[in-house]
Amino acid sequence: MEPTYRIELYDVCKNFGEVQSLSNVDFKLGQNEVVGLLGDNGAGKSTLIKILTGYHQPSSGELFVDGKKIESLTVPLARSLGIETVYQERALAEQQTLWRNIFLGRELRTPYGLLDVKRMKTETSNLMIKSMGFTSSAVSPESTIETFSGGEKQGVAIVRALYFDAEIIILDEPTMGLSLKETRKLLDFVRHIKDAGKSAVFIDHNIFHVYSVADRVVVLDRGKVAGEFRTSDITLDDLMEKMYLVAETGSLD
Amino acid sequence: MSSEIKELSDGDEIPKPPKEPFKMKNFVRKNVTQLGMIFVFFGIWLFFILAAPKTFLSPQIYYAFMSTTPLFAIMALPLTMVIIAGEMDLSFSSIMAIGMVAFVFIFEPTGNVGLAVIAALAAGIAAGIMNGGLVVGIGIPSLVATIGTQFFLRGLALVLLDGKGATLVATKETFVYQILVGKTIGKIPNQFWWSIAVAILCWIILNRTRLGAHIYLIGDNEKSARLMGVNVNRTRMAVFIMMGFASALAGVLASLQVSFFWPSLGEGYLLSTLASVFLGGTSVFGGTGTILGTFLGSYIIGAINAGIVAIGLTGFWTELIYGFIIVASVSMHVILQRRIK
Repeated sequence: MEPTYRIELYDVCKNFGEVQSLSNVDFKLGQNEVVGLLGDNGAGKSTLIKILTGYHQPSSGELFVDGKKIESLTVPLARSLGIETVYQERALAEQQTLWRNIFLGRELRTPYGLLDVKRMKTETSNLMIKSMGFTSSAVSPESTIETFSGGEKQGVAIVRALYFDAEIIILDEPTMGLSLKETRKLLDFVRHIKDAGKSAVFIDHNIFHVYSVADRVVVLDRGKVAGEFRTSDITLDDLMEKMYLVAETGSLD
Repeated sequence: MSSEIKELSDGDEIPKPPKEPFKMKNFVRKNVTQLGMIFVFFGIWLFFILAAPKTFLSPQIYYAFMSTTPLFAIMALPLTMVIIAGEMDLSFSSIMAIGMVAFVFIFEPTGNVGLAVIAALAAGIAAGIMNGGLVVGIGIPSLVATIGTQFFLRGLALVLLDGKGATLVATKETFVYQILVGKTIGKIPNQFWWSIAVAILCWIILNRTRLGAHIYLIGDNEKSARLMGVNVNRTRMAVFIMMGFASALAGVLASLQVSFFWPSLGEGYLLSTLASVFLGGTSVFGGTGTILGTFLGSYIIGAINAGIVAIGLTGFWTELIYGFIIVASVSMHVILQRRIK
């Protein structure tokens, strides 16, 4: 039987020295669910994300993936569990070639343990044509990332997340710096995740973006969960009203 | 390939991959640094032949050249990896000496050269672990940490041997000696083959292993590397250990070659090794650099060294010229980078 939730966090706290970034956060991500994470700057969105991806370890609290308790989640472990992330920072190495960035941290190897450079280049070439929409001959797997536009870089980060059979995709402010057209493509892409039966956590400043793709919205404020809503139960106007209220008073009521 | 990747294509027809025809222009643009180096290499060679034809048209200088250049080439090659990783190691000249102290400590009581070589290499690895530990464990910037260990290890070598040298004449005629610093076909010094072996090994590590891929990544963008699960600390540790190992090897070759060990061994190598790496086009900021560039760089530096003496300039000139090469090649690289952006 499949577990109800792909990811569960209970009572998670995260301190950075004196600063408490998250306090007693409960968070769940269901099967085939897209959860939007909203909150002002410094609400703890990025910290929460980095706990889900194994980059930060929580100071206290419990974490379950597919119903199994995970004691210490690291980035490689998260990836092996099918959690892929498109970071706000994009996590690219700009002076390196496209193929090196696609396989960053998970380079393909031959049976002898050496890098399978040829296969990585071919796979990159295929991905470029099928998924990234790069057809100009100016871009090749050997191009360095610093020559790409903002949207192209985001494309690389997304395609990379998908290449490795992601089951849970985390998108941290993916629309930042994108043009209108690129943003629309990105939102379509989030809907595709849902149609493909996968789950996603979607973080964005823009409440319109989040509302239009998420099944459920979780509002964070000053390191705490201020509330959550099913998007089918609340209108966009009401949600915006609540967000202002949270920003001013720290509470939804 | 997973299904959702196809969905991303929005049902477009999938065009054939654009097969890039070979264009001389693209080839030149991609390999501009290496081609430039080869050009410089032959340019300098031609200059020396014209300036000192007697010396540079006789084979002797090339044999001499093949025995001295490998000593710093062997260190410049792994140093390239250290610098690509965004780190620096200035302690290698002292690691040469500390490795040889271990060599002498084993060789004098046992007379076993093979065991002594192993001891020297182990001491080099230990020194690398110390450098890596200071940088990774304690978090000292590597430039400062390795200036510290440079003096510390030099001091240690002097203290342990009471500032005195040790004769290694007894190593001659042994098999290990022949392998390391003997001659092939009675002419070509084996050090030359060792520098090629180290270059090939470094090339494989840097270009064909995960460690090498991660060296480029952590030097380019450490944060990205961490976010994508690269073990940054382990990679850093590895570059310092490789550097320590190679420095000890260079120390062994340098000492066996002259059958004597001075505790001041290595003091002349700092400049030529650094100059080889930077002349080879490695970025001082990390993230880019090639083994071939450094290999060619070290042989250009070696040629300049031989040439300066051959055309009758004093040894003081070498320091001036190496210093100039370091500053000029780093500046050039920075300016070129800025123009690309």
